[in-house]
Amino acid sequence: MELLLDSLFNGVAIGSVLLVAALGLAIVFGLMGVINLAHGELMMLGAYTTYVTQLIFKLPILKPFYNSYIIVSIFLAFIVSGVVGILLEKTIIRKLYGSPLETLLATWGVSLILQQFVRSVPLAYGTGLVISLLIGLFLPTTFPSKIKESINFKYFKFSSWIFAAFTGVLSGSVISSSVSKLSRASARNVDVTAPSWMRGQVEIIGTAFPKTRLMIIVITLISVVAITLFLNQSAWGMRIRAVTQNRQMSDCLGISTEKVDIITFGIGSGLAGVAGVAVSLLGSVGPNVGGNYIVGCFMVVVLGGVGNLLGTVLASFGIGIMTDLIGAGRLLSIWPDMPLPLSNTINFFATTSMARVMIFALIVIFLQFKPTGLFPQKGRMVES
Amino acid sequence: MRISRRILAGLATASLAVTATSCGGGGTSGSFDDTVTVGILHSLSGTMAISESTLVDTEKMAIEEINAAGGVKVGGKSYKIEYIVEDGASDWPTFAEKSKKLIDQDGVPVVFGGWTSASRKAMLPVYESKDAFLYYPIQYEAQECSNNIFYTGATPNQQSEPATDFMYKRSPAAGGDFFLVGSDYVFPRTSNTITKAQVKQLGGKVVGEDYLPLGNTEVAPIISKIKKALPDGGIIINTLNGDQNVAFFKQIQDAGITPSSGYYVMNYSIAEEEISTIGPEFLEGHYGAWNYMMSIDTPASKKFAASFKKRWGADRVVADPQESAYNMVYLWKQAVEDAGTFDDNAVREALVGQKFDAPQGPVEVMPNHHLSQTVRIGEINAEGGFTILEETGVVLPQAWNQKHPSSKGFACDWTDPSKGEKYKL
Repeated sequence: MELLLDSLFNGVAIGSVLLVAALGLAIVFGLMGVINLAHGELMMLGAYTTYVTQLIFKLPILKPFYNSYIIVSIFLAFIVSGVVGILLEKTIIRKLYGSPLETLLATWGVSLILQQFVRSVPLAYGTGLVISLLIGLFLPTTFPSKIKESINFKYFKFSSWIFAAFTGVLSGSVISSSVSKLSRASARNVDVTAPSWMRGQVEIIGTAFPKTRLMIIVITLISVVAITLFLNQSAWGMRIRAVTQNRQMSDCLGISTEKVDIITFGIGSGLAGVAGVAVSLLGSVGPNVGGNYIVGCFMVVVLGGVGNLLGTVLASFGIGIMTDLIGAGRLLSIWPDMPLPLSNTINFFATTSMARVMIFALIVIFLQFKPTGLFPQKGRMVES
Repeated sequence: MRISRRILAGLATASLAVTATSCGGGGTSGSFDDTVTVGILHSLSGTMAISESTLVDTEKMAIEEINAAGGVKVGGKSYKIEYIVEDGASDWPTFAEKSKKLIDQDGVPVVFGGWTSASRKAMLPVYESKDAFLYYPIQYEAQECSNNIFYTGATPNQQSEPATDFMYKRSPAAGGDFFLVGSDYVFPRTSNTITKAQVKQLGGKVVGEDYLPLGNTEVAPIISKIKKALPDGGIIINTLNGDQNVAFFKQIQDAGITPSSGYYVMNYSIAEEEISTIGPEFLEGHYGAWNYMMSIDTPASKKFAASFKKRWGADRVVADPQESAYNMVYLWKQAVEDAGTFDDNAVREALVGQKFDAPQGPVEVMPNHHLSQTVRIGEINAEGGFTILEETGVVLPQAWNQKHPSSKGFACDWTDPSKGEKYKL
């Protein structure tokens, strides 16, 4: 029983890391069909946001709230990655809808730029830049509609960008002067330390579970539930689904497809940021952190069936449980006296690298029989 | 003839380098009769840059020190050392390509370079075919002995073997079972093959072994295997690389695999630099084995650490790979002075038998192109350094490991033409 529980938990823990990382991609790639190779780097930005938030919460004013920094950073990471994603959509991806190969190359280029950015720009000024982007993009949308409709709106827009740039530089230099660790650029990996209440383990029915893993499972669950509710219950969610199914028809019916694209891409990117918070709890934070996850993300989305959230969820937990089952050699402990050739085979695959080989092989075989994944998208959009 | 032309070319580029760039340094060029240009080849970009750039800093410092002390004296003339730094870009074919450039185009008499075994394996054919010389400063898996490479890092019998012995006989987990964890590439696999043979000889038991693909940080399956194989604590030998250590130590601590519950990890790739990245709070009470540790309490060691901090900043640390890099520059200088020429073959002959009072203590170049070294076992403390627990005497290097099944009974000796790369003992 304990063994089963332990195995199940491990599977779910591995799966939830995959799921939280793939969730944003399931939306961007699954719903919009954009092959975003910079998805991993959006995760990386989320992870760096956690690091910056952690340091800012060490300042004397915020010190009493230090223990809650991880909760705050989840929201901040969503916003930071979301804003960068929106900028990416507005400047590059919008021009490339319908040409997947060019999107692939362009987003790969963006991923390299983002990696180099965190290596060579001090994080304090990086934060300043994000703040000015945030203000520049959102301040004009808060103006009363009277101003928005006037012909001079572009001047208002322009002046809000100037204001944004000013605030960005100001906040950048404030952060840089108050947190010395953020004032110098460094290619070195940095470390996020979980607050004390999240370290160690808890006992549930006689088995000890690491708290950070539980936290990641909780983050994943909340993200999945929130995104499902958003897509199925809200007006914008309905519009997103409508555009996904039939872009021209939705356009004709008066849905602003442009806005839908921005929101969809922003949410997908924001979820990548949340994933970044989760992975920063497990390992170190560095420019390459996203690259380690990107292949796994695509694997999960393809296996689950492009455009289907339920498929993504099942695929990631499936892969998680398989990884634990094969990689930790669980079958041997369930059935200790199996025939020798069989136990030798299982032992051979019971290392992390061989388990990965085995899982990829199984996925390839599975896709031979079901090329569209677990839950293929049905309906008229398929032909497009 | 060919060699003298190369030196001429080297001198020409050296004088160009003096006018074109401001690299090199220390001492006034007025007091020198001439200059000699050496090559430095490490990754300054890509994933290895963080580690390898510390070696570039150390080699620059050693060269500056030598220059400040009057340079290299060859045939009654004093030469100022200039250097050309090339970027291997963490890409192994680039290392080979840049080596060719340094040898053919810049005509350097020696190249100091490399970190990963993969980069060394890529460079090896270049140096052998051009009969040039590479100085390689990293502790590695051995099982190699080239006439054209000079290895100043530890071989497994100068690091992992004394460490395994310590863990099995004298650590708090003495007599316990072993679990081996490593990144999935040549060093951990070779090192663990040796460890397994040694544990068997000692009468111990290896109950598990796992390798994490490079870049992968999902250690949950490994943790459950460790818990299954070592339910009541034991010895873990860790050869994970770089950032994977962060994930490993964060997660094993969360899973309750700590010294206080009887699990002791011996690390072969964690030096002072890595301790500060991972965080001493995750590593306290675990062990490391190196030839040099910053906490060595000798004047030579303190001077080395102090001059490095003075040159590159008070927050910098020195570690074993840097000490090796420092030694190799000095050993090259001594060999050149003894040989009385920059000629490769003469320097190679003069090099064997060179002694140097290194920060770790006296070292000597052996006929198999490796160094005799002192091995130290340290416990990681809360301040991010090592508390040195044990120190061996001088350990002779084995280029061909005597515990590895494929090389048992073989040795290497380049001073005797009848023996060479691999001969039967």
